[in-house]
Amino acid sequence: MDRRQLVVAYVVDGVRMSATQRDAYDDDGSPDSGASPSRPLSGPRQTIVAFPDGPLLVRGDFDIVDPDGKPLRRSRKTVALCRCGASVLKPYCDGSHKLIGFKTEPES
Amino acid sequence: MKQPEPRGPVSSLLLETLSGPEQRTSGSRELIAAVDEAVAATPDLAFDEDLQLTLFCLFELHYGGIDGVDDSWEWHPDLISERRRLEQAYESQLRSAVSLPALPAPTSAGVAAGLFQLTGDDGGPSMSRYVAKTASEEQVREFLIQKSIYTLKEADPHTWAIPRLTGRAKAAMVEIQADEYGGGVPERMHSALFAQSMRGAGLDDGYGNYLDAVPAITLASSNLMSMFGLNRRLRGAIVGHLASYEMTSSQANRLYARGFRRLGYDDATAAYFDEHVEADAVHEQIAGRDLAGGLVEAEPALLEDVFFGAAAAMTVDTWMTEHILGAWTAGSSSLRTSSTVSA
Repeated sequence: MDRRQLVVAYVVDGVRMSATQRDAYDDDGSPDSGASPSRPLSGPRQTIVAFPDGPLLVRGDFDIVDPDGKPLRRSRKTVALCRCGASVLKPYCDGSHKLIGFKTEPES
Repeated sequence: MKQPEPRGPVSSLLLETLSGPEQRTSGSRELIAAVDEAVAATPDLAFDEDLQLTLFCLFELHYGGIDGVDDSWEWHPDLISERRRLEQAYESQLRSAVSLPALPAPTSAGVAAGLFQLTGDDGGPSMSRYVAKTASEEQVREFLIQKSIYTLKEADPHTWAIPRLTGRAKAAMVEIQADEYGGGVPERMHSALFAQSMRGAGLDDGYGNYLDAVPAITLASSNLMSMFGLNRRLRGAIVGHLASYEMTSSQANRLYARGFRRLGYDDATAAYFDEHVEADAVHEQIAGRDLAGGLVEAEPALLEDVFFGAAAAMTVDTWMTEHILGAWTAGSSSLRTSSTVSA
């Protein structure tokens, strides 16, 4: 299986390839052990950044859905999710954490 | 942008010079002498109508240009020289006027915390609270006109910084700017959403069409970012400026949206403000940690300029807010020519 076929396979699978993911392939083009088209490859895909005293920033390929799986309104790629409970735009952050003096636990 | 009306001897000479073909001799040397004289004489450059308009026009040559002005003027050495003289005087005024907080450690966490503290401490008058509760229909239209000078090209001055940044700071800047420019959807560009607000309020949404109506301090606010953005030397300041804008935006825009709805404007007109509540809650985190913090970790010598840029943005915009609210409180218009509003 050459690299080009793998890229196509993963785009069809809805998984965005990154340089790091490509590095997960051996030089002969075969996936590292354990990687298969039905399972996203290792490497940075989605990240959730927990900001001290602030929201959770979610970056990468993901969906935000309600409990029935219906997509919620979303107008940008990278989103900030409310963590303090005071946002009027939940699940998104609206900066209210600053007004209420929200504090997260000290990060280790 | 259409040609503005001159506001004094320097802008008059500049616009007259620009209306002819670019030439290496004559005319433009006279400009430099006129600028030197005016800079030496002005009591307050930030509020100088003639010089702020001159600077605005010189910067505009690098943005969309001025109607009837040959594009080749953009890099004319005498115009660059004139611009540098004005920039040096303006920067020097701000370096003395702006007070910097105690600088944090040059780490991402330190810079982000320091910027959040600086921007959270803003004790100046609040335009957003006034718009939310008090402003009349005429006043919110003036507010849009004042804001249009920058916002119809929103994000552009900060974009100049992209090639001057590297690594984490660059990726952060591009992530923020991509969102500012609508994430690939032209109608979602923040400048386009603002144009929609202007149309909703019955205003002309053409870039620069209200230039003649706005006072020097409004031009000074826009010129500040163009100066920071166009000088690589000031890349720390443009990054701090953007961080400060992002960090003071979400709550203010929630109040602006409330004010527009109080006056009966529809969702399309308020959409620009609604968008900023959510967008800037994302951007401020990226701007603090990855953009400003990332830049300072890569180039610790820029720490002070990051804070200078943030504090200068707040200082100049406080002057602008004081001017506008001062006029309104006195029962008058904040514009130079109020006839423009009702036209």
